Amino acid sequence: MVLLETHGLTARYGDFQALFGVDARLEAGETVAIIGANGAGKTTLMRSITGVLRNAAEQIRHKGVEIGHLPADTIMKRGIAMVPEGRKLFPSLSVEENLIIGGQNKRGRDLGDRIDSMIARLTGAPDPMELSAGHDGVGYWTLETIYDLFPILKERRHSPGTALSGGQQQMVAIGRALMSNPDVLLCDEISLGLAPVVIRDIYAALPKIRESGASVIVVEQDIGQAMAVADRVYCMMEGRVTLQGRPSDISRDDIHAAYFGEAA
Amino acid sequence: MIWVDTILQGVLLGGLYALFAAGLSLVFGIMRLVNLAHGDLIVFGAYLILIVVSVLGLHPFLAAFIAAPVMFVFGWVLQKAVLNRTLGDDILPPLLVTFGLSIVIQNGLLEAFSADSQRISMGPLETASVSIGPISAGVLPLLTFGSAVLVIVALNRLFYRTAIGRAFRATSDDPTTASLMGIRPDRVFATATAIAMLVVTIAALYLGTRANFDPNVGPARLIYAFEAVIIGGLGSLWGTLAGGIIIGVAQTVGAAINPEWQILAGHVAFLVVLLVRPRGLFPRGN
Repeated sequence: MVLLETHGLTARYGDFQALFGVDARLEAGETVAIIGANGAGKTTLMRSITGVLRNAAEQIRHKGVEIGHLPADTIMKRGIAMVPEGRKLFPSLSVEENLIIGGQNKRGRDLGDRIDSMIARLTGAPDPMELSAGHDGVGYWTLETIYDLFPILKERRHSPGTALSGGQQQMVAIGRALMSNPDVLLCDEISLGLAPVVIRDIYAALPKIRESGASVIVVEQDIGQAMAVADRVYCMMEGRVTLQGRPSDISRDDIHAAYFGEAA
Repeated sequence: MIWVDTILQGVLLGGLYALFAAGLSLVFGIMRLVNLAHGDLIVFGAYLILIVVSVLGLHPFLAAFIAAPVMFVFGWVLQKAVLNRTLGDDILPPLLVTFGLSIVIQNGLLEAFSADSQRISMGPLETASVSIGPISAGVLPLLTFGSAVLVIVALNRLFYRTAIGRAFRATSDDPTTASLMGIRPDRVFATATAIAMLVVTIAALYLGTRANFDPNVGPARLIYAFEAVIIGGLGSLWGTLAGGIIIGVAQTVGAAINPEWQILAGHVAFLVVLLVRPRGLFPRGN
């Protein structure tokens, strides 16, 4: 089953066009890696899927529903969670609060959504409750299971999130995204700036995350890491997908060409 | 003993200034919005309470309970419909818009209620006092100060112990990442302003019962509120109470030396604190 797909996805920042018709898909249960150099459009793709950048409705579908036009909070409530590039922990919140906030805004919990839903029914506007239907945010992941996955976070749970080391912060960012029990987990550059041994620890959590029912998209600059964990790989360059396939079917030369845009 | 009395009166007056300032501090802390109409909103609240008192014949405390939800909804709509549109990287639009709002409120009130000064009557409570040893304190100033402490305790609990408080802090840190957590920043801001309007209603109750007011007294309350927030350090609610007390004490001590010095002494105290501690007494982190 196709869980998430983009179709002819274009994105622009003002006059600058960052994506030129990207077609990609994520099947249920899959882990997909997106690789590419700086400026290839990987992060823009993530920002489009999560609704930080708004697109034409039909360019992105989640479980068959057009979501390209939806705001970030509605997309999150549908079950698409994001580990943003640079971790982006909330400095005013402790580690535990950073985790809790990831799961506290579930569908139906938000009084504002209910009010908007009532208004929508009266005026015929899109109903946020309906748009996020089918995902209740309840599942395997709770504070306890996050602490089982990353035991160090339990010890540091009362520290400010930003007082932790880079690797520990990354664990908080992953835990925070998992707290909403997403069916799609997007990880943007989770190994950036971390030591290899720390990266290994973080990727060691991936099997458990997949087991919990989440399908995963990882954005990576580290090609070796991406090929090791992914079922399928997309390589991007200058806002376009230049290569896709299973890691076993792709040669180093293919990647070199797709990555740098030159024949090896 | 006269000095102990003077300082006590100053501390209690500081409670009123802290009430003026708490709503301002809350809104600034969450969305970096400097609301220049804050003083006028307090005066607006005082007129609202006055209407409820005179039309329904209720006691001012009960009237405030009726005015509070009206102010809450007004704050929510004001933020959602007007102020949210002004927020962004540029700090000028919110200043201009709230400055304009201040003028609109003042002139609207002038049109509706004339420039005559008004007062909300508390009956015998106005002159009631209790003796603390050799000094006596008015019941109303004590209630004002007690309310200020309660408001600050309540806001701190809201901020640090509840889900909406977490959403406030997260949105204040980073609205984009907060939206990835299912939070809608414009709604968080509207809720914050709505809550600030509850505090404004309490401030309005004591503003209106303590002394006369007219449509033009708002901007002076705004100045005291600003000074209290800045003395205390931006983002610290207890600091705001301390700031209010410093201004209150400076004013009563100044007035005791020479009645003409009352207002000036408060402003001088503010300048001295700025000189010694430019970031205020209790600045928040970073």
